[in-house]
Amino acid sequence: MRHLLSAADLSREDALELLDVAEEMAATQAREIKKLPTLRGRTVVNLFFEDSTRTRISFEAAAKRLSADVITFSAKGSSVSKGESLKDTALTLQAMGADAVVLRHSASGAAHRLAHAGWSGVGVLNAGDGTHEHPTQALLDAFTLRRRLAERAGGDPARVLEGARVAVVGDVLHSRVARSNVLLLETLGADVVLVAPPTLLPVGVGTWPCRTSWDLDAVLPDVDAVMVLRVQRERMGGGGFFPSAQEYTRRFGLDGRRLRLLPDHALVMHPGPMNRGLEISAEAADSPRSTIVEQVANGVAVRMAALYLLLAGEDAA
Amino acid sequence: MSTTDTPAPTGAAGDGAVPPVLVRRARLLGGEETDLLLAGGRVARTGPGGSLEAPDGARVVEAAGLVALPGLVDLHTHLREPGREDAETVRTGSRAAALGGFTAVHAMANTDPVADTAGVVEQVWRLGREVGLVDVRPVGAVTVGLAGERLAELGAMATSAARVRVFSDDGRCVHDPVLMRRALEYVRSVDGVVAQHAQDPRLTEGAQMHEGVVSSVLGLRGWPAVAEEAVIARDVLLADHVGSRLHVCHVSTAGSVEILRWAKARGVDVTAEVTPHHLLLTDELVRGYDPVYKVNPPLRTRADVEALREAVADGTVDVVATDHAPHPVEDKDCEWAAAAMGMTGLETALSVVQEALVETGLLGWADVARVLSSAPARIGRLEDHGRPLAEGEPAHLVLVDPAARRPVTPEQHATQGRNSPYRGMELPGRVVATVLRGRPVVLDGALVGDEPAGAPGAS
Repeated sequence: MRHLLSAADLSREDALELLDVAEEMAATQAREIKKLPTLRGRTVVNLFFEDSTRTRISFEAAAKRLSADVITFSAKGSSVSKGESLKDTALTLQAMGADAVVLRHSASGAAHRLAHAGWSGVGVLNAGDGTHEHPTQALLDAFTLRRRLAERAGGDPARVLEGARVAVVGDVLHSRVARSNVLLLETLGADVVLVAPPTLLPVGVGTWPCRTSWDLDAVLPDVDAVMVLRVQRERMGGGGFFPSAQEYTRRFGLDGRRLRLLPDHALVMHPGPMNRGLEISAEAADSPRSTIVEQVANGVAVRMAALYLLLAGEDAA
Repeated sequence: MSTTDTPAPTGAAGDGAVPPVLVRRARLLGGEETDLLLAGGRVARTGPGGSLEAPDGARVVEAAGLVALPGLVDLHTHLREPGREDAETVRTGSRAAALGGFTAVHAMANTDPVADTAGVVEQVWRLGREVGLVDVRPVGAVTVGLAGERLAELGAMATSAARVRVFSDDGRCVHDPVLMRRALEYVRSVDGVVAQHAQDPRLTEGAQMHEGVVSSVLGLRGWPAVAEEAVIARDVLLADHVGSRLHVCHVSTAGSVEILRWAKARGVDVTAEVTPHHLLLTDELVRGYDPVYKVNPPLRTRADVEALREAVADGTVDVVATDHAPHPVEDKDCEWAAAAMGMTGLETALSVVQEALVETGLLGWADVARVLSSAPARIGRLEDHGRPLAEGEPAHLVLVDPAARRPVTPEQHATQGRNSPYRGMELPGRVVATVLRGRPVVLDGALVGDEPAGAPGAS
């Protein structure tokens, strides 16, 4: 794996390999000494042009547990805030001997540009680009889902997600998490339905490999998991995507009543950070079927796997 | 092609006497082989191929196998001067235009300062004269500073030495319906035309690319077709109501074509242009996030491209205009959202038209002369351009080798811009010679001599 830019870059075999490696990584994280020597001497740069404490910390923990040297660049307090371009930052990192760059950027396609514009030869891991994709989030969601469904039903881990029914609810238009999840879950054979008001579904969604619905109540009884997306008020500019927060919550919020529409085994997922009381109620977020905290823990294992395949994988090849 | 006899003349247009030129065996508009004797800035004589004798001192241009067209006229060029000389100057843009077969270009008003006064349009016009490779015809801004708030002094620009006839806030839409109405009415008194950049600003806030399947996948904010179509629909109705002439810049959607077809059938005095890139490229190219494909209006779908080609063929769209928009490297060598919009086009326009419209059988060479020369000259009220290649007519012409095919290499272009979306593509056709007012400015595909040294500042 040269770069990880989009969930669409992963074949079924790639995705399953990554999830299997993540399982191995997770097993090491249950040990008293969590650190592995795998990436000793390699340098991973976390390049965060956009604030994201949880993703940055997750990647930092993952790289450190693989013994990589980690340098974190945040937009604030670095040359980036003085107007340095993505290109010049990339050249600087290359000159400093970075082996991989984990990039979070507000522009869709920024990771793709960093990987393919000819600025540097460093491996790029997309940690969220604008409203495009966030592939490691989709991988950790798939990892969490696969684990939970396998615990319940058993069977071949490679096939657990085949036919799994997943509802993704909320602000699909602005969600990089939704895009990556639709692509990855499709690759793994799951059946995805997007639920959102029409204003928060992109024009063109009809060609995506999933179904769409405007009726959350009708969808919930038939799913194995519901992924609730954060309402990204900061991306909504002039607003007007829905009449009011109250109406959004009434029609698309996951509250206690809707929780009880779910089948008994169904999971409640959320990529975080949550707007409690808007897209998800405390009752849903804190219910036993919620995997929200588990998703965070699994994020480290999945990012360890991604870094491992990006950096150690090339030695093996 | 080969040339013989006298050495290349140099000097700006109007410098002394230009030796006569005999163009031998050119296929006039792709038809019969014809000899053309150019003298005194005019087509002095024409005759069947091989019939004319070269007068003493004449330069002979052997043009067997080449197609002769009237010099091309671009209704939509960004020369960037004054203000963005790092992107293009009148001089570099004129060189690019001449190499592309153009003998006249309309320089858009979105310079810095904006071309919204007689002073600025006269400056641009004079720079064009000093370079002397093409006739540079400034476009005047419709509103002061392109701000869309009050009319610029359209009359002063029209009566200036630059004789402005085309007014446009290009880059911005004259969105206010009352202001648009007033502009349409007012320009009638100077035989002018408002060239509208049709883009509803509210529907396109932060827009990055065509809104559709590809934008949904790429997570780039969409520029919906309706934002163009709604403005065109309003404007043709306004033009009809006040009896004015309207020109629509860079039409990019199938829906716009339908509205224009309807308006023309109704008798509205509307003309429209399409860019070469909208005739060839689609939004699928954006998938790699390379900002060389970032342009406004954005690249659309294959269905739009097909509709636009048909529209040129049936006359619904009158003109192919380049929207040549050079940018410095740093404005494109960045992430998509940070990149400037626009593509170069002067040096590839004729090749793209050949590829998209001639090789597909939609246009013959006489039609090419119409959409790239006579129609834009008529819309811009350039009496001296876009004329037939006949005795007594002005000697502006271009010789094209339609059999040539060559890869596009932006580094070899004369424009300062390297932002050509055709990089690496192989396109048909090659401009072999361009003649302005009887003087060859391009021969053997290269500029003749050079512009006079120290031209800026010369009277």
